[in-house]
Amino acid sequence: MPRRDDIQKILLIGSGPIVIGQACEFDYSGTQACKALREEGYEVVLVNSNPATIMTDPNTADRTYIEPLTWEVVEKVIEKELPDALLPTLGGQTGLNVAMDLDRHGILQKHGVQMIGANAAVIAKAEERDQFKTAMEKIGLEVCRGDTVHTIDEARQLVTEIGLPCVVRPSFTMGGSGSAIAYNRDEFDQLVRNGLDQSPINEVLIEESIIGWKEYEMEVMRDLDDNVVIICAIENFDAMGVHTGDSITVAPAQTLTDKEYQRMRDASLAVIREIGVETGGSNIQFAIHPSDGRMIVIEMNPRVSRSSALASKATGFPIAKIAAKLAVGYRLHELPNDITRQTKACFEPTIDYVVTKIPRFAFEKFPEADSTLTTQMKSVGETMAIGRTFKESFQKALRGLEVGSFGLGCDSKDLWGTEDQPAANEIRAKLSIPNSERAWYLRYALKSGMSLREIYELTKIDYWFLDQLSQIVELEETLRGFSDVFAVDDATFLQAKQCGFSDRQLATIWQSNEMAIRENRKARGIIATFKSVDTCAAEFEAYTPYYYSTYELEDETPAKQKGKRRVMILGGGPNRIGQGIEFDYCCCHASFALRELGIESIMVNSNPETVSTDYDTSDLLFFEPLTAEDVLNICDRVQPDGVIVQFGGQTPLNLARALSTAGVPIIGTDVETIEAAEDREKFQQLLNRLGLKQPANGIARTMNEARAEANKIGFPSLVRPSFVLGGRAMEICYDLAQFERFVAAAFVVAQGQPVLIDRFLEDATEVDVDAICDGRDVVVMGVMEHIEEAGVHSGDSACSIPPYSLPGPIIQEIREATHAMARHLKVKGLMNVQFAVKREAGEMNVYVLEVNPRASRTVPFVAKATGVPVAKIAAKVMTGETLADLGVTNEPIPAHVSIKESVFPFRKFAGVDIVLGPEMRSTGEVMGISERFSIAFAKSQLAAGVVLPESGKIFLSVSKRHKEIIVGLAQRLSKMGFDLLATDGTSRRLRGAGVEVERVKKLAEGQPNLIDYLKNDEVALILNTPNGKGARTDEGKIRAAAVQHGVPCITTIQAAEAAVKAMEALRQEDISVQPLQERFKEIANDVVTVTASS
Amino acid sequence: MSRIAKLALEDGTVYTGTCFGAGGEVDGEVVFNTSMTGYQEILTDPSYRGQIVTMTYPEIGNYGVNLEDVESHKPHLAGFIVRENSRIASNFRSSGGLDDYLKENGIVALAGIDTRALVRRIRTAGAMKGVLSTEDLDENSLINKAKSSPGLVGRDLVQEVVPIESRSWEESLSPWSLLPGTSNSRESSSDCHVVALDFGMKWNIARHLFDEQCRVTVLPGTATAAEVLALAPDGVFLSNGPGDPEPVDYAIRCIQDLLGKTPIFGICLGHQLLALACGAKTFKLKFGHRGANQPVLNLQTGVVEITSQNHGFAVDEASLPNQLEITHRNLNDNTVAGLRHTELPAFSVQYHPEASAGPHDSRYLFRQFRESLTPVH
Repeated sequence: MPRRDDIQKILLIGSGPIVIGQACEFDYSGTQACKALREEGYEVVLVNSNPATIMTDPNTADRTYIEPLTWEVVEKVIEKELPDALLPTLGGQTGLNVAMDLDRHGILQKHGVQMIGANAAVIAKAEERDQFKTAMEKIGLEVCRGDTVHTIDEARQLVTEIGLPCVVRPSFTMGGSGSAIAYNRDEFDQLVRNGLDQSPINEVLIEESIIGWKEYEMEVMRDLDDNVVIICAIENFDAMGVHTGDSITVAPAQTLTDKEYQRMRDASLAVIREIGVETGGSNIQFAIHPSDGRMIVIEMNPRVSRSSALASKATGFPIAKIAAKLAVGYRLHELPNDITRQTKACFEPTIDYVVTKIPRFAFEKFPEADSTLTTQMKSVGETMAIGRTFKESFQKALRGLEVGSFGLGCDSKDLWGTEDQPAANEIRAKLSIPNSERAWYLRYALKSGMSLREIYELTKIDYWFLDQLSQIVELEETLRGFSDVFAVDDATFLQAKQCGFSDRQLATIWQSNEMAIRENRKARGIIATFKSVDTCAAEFEAYTPYYYSTYELEDETPAKQKGKRRVMILGGGPNRIGQGIEFDYCCCHASFALRELGIESIMVNSNPETVSTDYDTSDLLFFEPLTAEDVLNICDRVQPDGVIVQFGGQTPLNLARALSTAGVPIIGTDVETIEAAEDREKFQQLLNRLGLKQPANGIARTMNEARAEANKIGFPSLVRPSFVLGGRAMEICYDLAQFERFVAAAFVVAQGQPVLIDRFLEDATEVDVDAICDGRDVVVMGVMEHIEEAGVHSGDSACSIPPYSLPGPIIQEIREATHAMARHLKVKGLMNVQFAVKREAGEMNVYVLEVNPRASRTVPFVAKATGVPVAKIAAKVMTGETLADLGVTNEPIPAHVSIKESVFPFRKFAGVDIVLGPEMRSTGEVMGISERFSIAFAKSQLAAGVVLPESGKIFLSVSKRHKEIIVGLAQRLSKMGFDLLATDGTSRRLRGAGVEVERVKKLAEGQPNLIDYLKNDEVALILNTPNGKGARTDEGKIRAAAVQHGVPCITTIQAAEAAVKAMEALRQEDISVQPLQERFKEIANDVVTVTASS
Repeated sequence: MSRIAKLALEDGTVYTGTCFGAGGEVDGEVVFNTSMTGYQEILTDPSYRGQIVTMTYPEIGNYGVNLEDVESHKPHLAGFIVRENSRIASNFRSSGGLDDYLKENGIVALAGIDTRALVRRIRTAGAMKGVLSTEDLDENSLINKAKSSPGLVGRDLVQEVVPIESRSWEESLSPWSLLPGTSNSRESSSDCHVVALDFGMKWNIARHLFDEQCRVTVLPGTATAAEVLALAPDGVFLSNGPGDPEPVDYAIRCIQDLLGKTPIFGICLGHQLLALACGAKTFKLKFGHRGANQPVLNLQTGVVEITSQNHGFAVDEASLPNQLEITHRNLNDNTVAGLRHTELPAFSVQYHPEASAGPHDSRYLFRQFRESLTPVH
């Protein structure tokens, strides 16, 4: 059956900001869906609040709305666009929930929009636990014993039947948020209470515990003719009890016989048919009892998911693309398999390699959070590796994680044989309580002589996996038996490489260095080969060049095309806080740029969630860890004419020196320049030459040096380790005691690199500038004024394009400083500068805080705010085009205001203080666009999940320095009709100024205090600027409680002012929506001239 | 230290790896199977007689072997090649490791070679004759042996795997082949009598027929039509089997005599023999279809079945007589995957509805056969 002709316009809803449980994978799936539907001639309308996505590029969909993802806002889009259909299954849980809300409120019926792929009844059947359970029982499949409850009393009644431990899962939360295992009554009560609160429908599922069972996932596709295929079976290395997003997972399934596998396949088919997902991909999770094979269906996602992105990358089968085509009527066998061309999409991929995915965590950012891995997802990213054997893929994945490990031990992080070698009891604890370091502790356990049986009893990790790790450790012992690299025989050397040992590990074992090992290895002819990911285990010829490295006989790397340049782009690796989708966006644009220039593009990345690792994005894709060794191995084979290191964040920059030394041609800004910008002294000289100001600063390698610098610089000061991203261990110190504590911590993080100390500019306004320089000309692409004051990490603060409060001459001064620095640094490509503007003695002074000659996190936001493809232009410049050639001569000044707001994972980390500081903790961003600043800000808040109230009680509590300013805000809030709450000090101050306010007790003053108000849903908003910081302070407890109860809490005075302004604006004017294509129509037609906005 | 083993192909390629399983020297046609699970079923499938089978999935042996997942009483293939052989068996049903199992059954196996390179070689050059040896490690000698080995075209390999005598089949499908809650319990009396001609039959076929409430008598594939008809069958089943169908002329004659006298259902070799009996021709595929992910379009329903396949020969569409109608097609290369006699009660499929190893999408064919039978009492 060909495509449906009865629909023309299709609405897609994206997944919004990157949060834990919902990351780049939905940009990947959404982008694929947009492309697939447009290829078929449909008009695609897209709504997504996340500007850092390829899907929200103005040429991905026909009509692109960067708007908040609430049903009310999407209704406005529907009213405007009148789409025929809504495809709800490609935008993650967020997209699905918005679609369900639209259905529930009758919006779809009202406007005649039909849901395709899966309708509301199907989604409810899959997602609502009761319905799902009934459906499973109907087809004879077992589910966990348990039930849903709506009150704590019902829960207590139920647990007497099920027993402890049991699993507590709130309904309809994303990434299993709020799910955990209760081992005792106290935990149980607490989890149920939290769960009821977090669930949007106040429902919690309580189930028998199946901790320790084997866990599997099946990725299933179905078409309208009821053809069903399994794309991939994934086996979890970690047993049940750890959320699959937090588990190490492996594809294909390793330890099931065909009989058991086919039984699970039969069950998957039965599930998708019974639930009734008409078309598209679904993910079904199973638990298998390790000693009797009892099979339980855990859950089903009636949509593409993180796992389906992983399955797509693991097999080469583009699930989201095919799902989109099936939704518009195609049958699986009518669609071609892109990779083989001669076969059809209706088959089950078979693979001839092993895939390992390892999650990446960010607990160092949330020291107060519980780092135990549970059924609630906590990881912020993941890496995937492909090898011919599990051992190879596992060690590759460990080094792809970029946490300083180069495999299973034998590197600088290895504690074995050091003073810190873990003792037996510590090893046992690290095995039995799942945590992010367990892989390495498994090695310690093996090295300590612990038996596989004992390890199994502690971890319930399948014996097969344990034996594989044991083989790695045995080989390590063999390798240690050779005195040095010259002593080892070729066969053993090759075996080590085939088992995934990195040159770095071998260098550690043989007390040599990585490059010496590499030389020796290559001299022996032990050279990495590349094999293709082809969906069919080589049964058919593959046309889509997607490769991984291994050590085998035959290499499949395609030869260079005659007369065509080859340029390699290094990606950003696994998502982490500070380095995520923004950089992937830039890498994709670099690839698009190369394609436009007729240059062969080569992408290297290890992050399976991303658009960059879609085999469609670049001419060649190498799915490899981003280490010097792995990248050099690729360079040896593909001989690139240039390598781009500017776009993937800190990851490729950290490799730049090693690559350049090895003779790899880095294009764009020189490696020397990149290093010069990081080098304090050189940078200071440059600023002096240019007559630019910088806060007083210094550099220290020891505590004594640091103290001496502190004396010179004074307080408050800002302390941070060098060469790290995302403000890791960055702190503001107000006195020497604080200073010493933070410096000590920074030295630990710096790992041998010095610590940087700056004078902290209090109450300064921070400004970010992104510019492109071709070595000669410079064009500023965007000037962003931050909402929060300097001191809040730029990745965590909200910002506005154009600046909303700075005077024109100051903006001009910033522009000129940017031009001067770019020219003097001879930047070729992107440059980001952070400035601080501080009012001192009646005049405004501009300080340069930092210069980064590379793509910044704000590049996609600038591109969306201005309509200019900033990253693409920069990539072209790096390949040798000039800005003049490209016709890029003027700074784009948009007619509207765009606000970027950050989104935080605090709900996943109960009890963590949410106060913003110099250490970045946000995972994602949203954007609000409007003609007015206030409305743009309101939209950005709504998109970030901060619902600014229209009525109700607002709690005010501000630090001493904001007591004046809060009076004005309180008056305005009061005028709008809000009831105000405040504790003693603030309330007296407000009453003194004639503002009516209700006094609330401080926590120490007994009850009822603010926490009680929060629990009783009596607070609509909290404005709290901190005196102190930390989860143990009263304020900290209040802020953490606000997060727990879903009450918006604004923690800076600037954001509070903006919020009040937005609330006032929302009383006068309703939010309206407009697609990017309309906003930029004018810009495209007009000649853009450089003017200082005022 | 592991012993060295070498595989030499008739085109002169030699792969050197390590030996597991039994030592020795074997020749055969080198083929590959793309199933990621089910190596034990593959090992015991008599259709692999005369072949050296390469598994494309690199990690083999992970779940060991067990007593139940067998398709005949012992492995029949000539040799077995994997990338990585697991030294431990991890599965609750496992009764032992793969290495020991191959040793006990005298199967020579090779590990540690670039199996993907070998597969790509076969894909490009076609299935080739080869020699796998742990004894003769002289490459030229091995290549010569490969060249002069008999190969399987024109050879009747069926004779090597047919059972010696007839037997009554009494075994059900494994409970692991069924979803929980689905029962395979038999009713007390079975009303239909099926005679299965065993050319190297996979036992799961007989298990399926038995669970379809048939009384199943298994006869050696060398039986004559008279011997078959003497058992008064309600239907005759033609099994899978190894090698080239054309030399199996006795079976073709037998089928010709049976056509019209009793309903017939054939699988794989049985399908090819039925086609030959009706006057069609068969041809050798370049490297065959061996795996558990082959899509087949059912032309009658328009539904796609993901099937298990294992064949190196196929029915030539151009040679089909008018009485044979194509019912199924392989979606990968459009070859004939199913046939139906338009006048007589006979149908057949090129693939394996009994799966094992592979998906269960095509089980309906057994029901279809069972329903076409009219018990004669």
